Amino acid sequence: MEVDEVMCLPRLPRVAVCGGTHGNELSGVYLVREMLKVEKKVVEEEEEPVLVMIVLSNPRATQQCHRYVDTDLNRCFTHATLNGPMSDTDPYEIVRSRELNTLLGPKGSRQAVDLVCDLHNTTANMGMCLITYSDCDWICLHIFRHLQKEIPDIPMRFIHFDVSNKESYSLDSVGKHGFAMEIGPQPHGVVRSNIYTAMKGGVQHMLDWVRLFNSGTMFKGGFVDVFTMVKHIDYPRDSVTHNITAAIHPHLQDRDFCLLHPEDPLFQTFSGETLRYKGKEPLYPFFINECAYYEKGIALSLARKRRVMGFLVFKG
Amino acid sequence: DTSCHPERVAIFGGTHGNEMSGVTLVNLWMKNSDEIQRKGVEAKPFITNPKAVEKCTRYVDTDLNRAFTPENLSAPGGDELPYEVQRAQEINKVFGPKGSPEAYDVIFDLHNTTSNMGCTLILESSKDHFNLQMMNYIKKAIAPASCLVLLNEHPLLKYSTSRSVAKHPVGLEVGPQPQGVLRSNIFEAMRVILKHALDFIELFNEGMEFPSCSVEVFRVSERIDYPRDANGNIIAMVHPNLQDCDWEPLNPGDPMFQTFDGKTIHYQGSGTVYPTFINEAAYYEKQQAFVTTRRETLVASAIGKA
Repeated sequence: MEVDEVMCLPRLPRVAVCGGTHGNELSGVYLVREMLKVEKKVVEEEEEPVLVMIVLSNPRATQQCHRYVDTDLNRCFTHATLNGPMSDTDPYEIVRSRELNTLLGPKGSRQAVDLVCDLHNTTANMGMCLITYSDCDWICLHIFRHLQKEIPDIPMRFIHFDVSNKESYSLDSVGKHGFAMEIGPQPHGVVRSNIYTAMKGGVQHMLDWVRLFNSGTMFKGGFVDVFTMVKHIDYPRDSVTHNITAAIHPHLQDRDFCLLHPEDPLFQTFSGETLRYKGKEPLYPFFINECAYYEKGIALSLARKRRVMGFLVFKG
Repeated sequence: DTSCHPERVAIFGGTHGNEMSGVTLVNLWMKNSDEIQRKGVEAKPFITNPKAVEKCTRYVDTDLNRAFTPENLSAPGGDELPYEVQRAQEINKVFGPKGSPEAYDVIFDLHNTTSNMGCTLILESSKDHFNLQMMNYIKKAIAPASCLVLLNEHPLLKYSTSRSVAKHPVGLEVGPQPQGVLRSNIFEAMRVILKHALDFIELFNEGMEFPSCSVEVFRVSERIDYPRDANGNIIAMVHPNLQDCDWEPLNPGDPMFQTFDGKTIHYQGSGTVYPTFINEAAYYEKQQAFVTTRRETLVASAIGKA
């Protein structure tokens, strides 16, 4: 019989659940609002309670139902931005990122919360995804496996952005561990009941896992298929106006995580011509036609998939 | 009425700056209008709300598609007026004046919705026989694909649209599409509807006669808001059984909303209705979760150019 490799990790006493980091991604906005209504502080039955902090990340953008007011909050958490010089004319989101860093961090310090779960929606057909900066954070990998087991009827993927801690820019990088929980497809400014229910279940099972872990449960090793982002592809654009000149091809639209091969259709121009994928390597597309990425020059992202073997973990 | 001589046709895009099919089509046709040329028809593509288009937002100060009221159109104040009211006055000058003989004959106003409405034509008057004949033509031309007609003649729920400056206003609403997103299938569907619409106008202009016909329409009946708490916050979502079921019958007792903790709220109306605009993003602030309609058959009189 195989013996799992074993890893002993510190317990997770403080968990933050953040919604409304983008003010028009409504599942998280409404879930945080509802959780704040029924908020129980620390009183739990088990010996090792979890402090759950529930945070509405970007109140002004939420109030306006916009992604952001001045600048994308979820790009404001680099060490450089958090610790840079302050000024009266700083954009709203930079002021807010520093407030959140004080509340949940400081990033990189021993006082930072143990786990940040940041709630997002996408217009892309991605199902449920956990997005992290690490492919070897066993806490995140085990949470993912737990969600897969507990919510089998939703397609679930683990996405890894290979960005160093120094360069990491999103809210979830403030905690000792962290991930974004991204669920789609949902238009921005809309709350769909099936998507809300999925996110509510995801958060609940994540907190259940943390409580189980903290009370000494051992989680066996296994494997997770990790999608590591390789590159982005932008829309073809007019050289003068910079407006897009083609749309995601109908054969690619909604086919997130379906392997894209060289010469597969990518775009359809407005005159009906098909533009094809010219890469040499088959890759997995995701964030296909995400509304907020038009302005970032991203029509879709591409990932490699590899299997990561997990350790048995338990609380030390 | 057979004395209609449609010659001046406008195609409006970007009335809401984040509804991308219309913005894209109009920009395309402003660069190259070959596709919309028809004999005897002067078709003018036009971006109605350029500032909103630039910011990819529905509107800057106020909803342009509610701004064409008599008060707004005659309001003094120039630069101090909200941006969209100024735009409404400019558009009324170029394509109107609303209600006058100089107004454009037909205006197509291109919209997208987050609701699962498919292709929908929006009619503002049950007595517009020219429009009814056009809609009948379009429906037959795209069959077996479907294109439904929404009639909004409700005295309280009717609103002053951009297209209302024309003698024959036609709304084109295609969904589902998120705001700010361009989906190729939705874009092509809208393009095909317009192609048939322009074909109809060309045929009419060349003297073709269209005999009397029946047209099924869905007449707007009631606006239903989300359940809200004392502070006006939404406390329930469109029920999963109703989500995406635009145009399907909703019977008394059917699930309508689901609270955030999972309880079902049922439809309490007196009879079967056909809901549409279910969960449209832009209508949260207008207190509308969906609108109910009733099915009706209208008879369009025969028309032919005199």
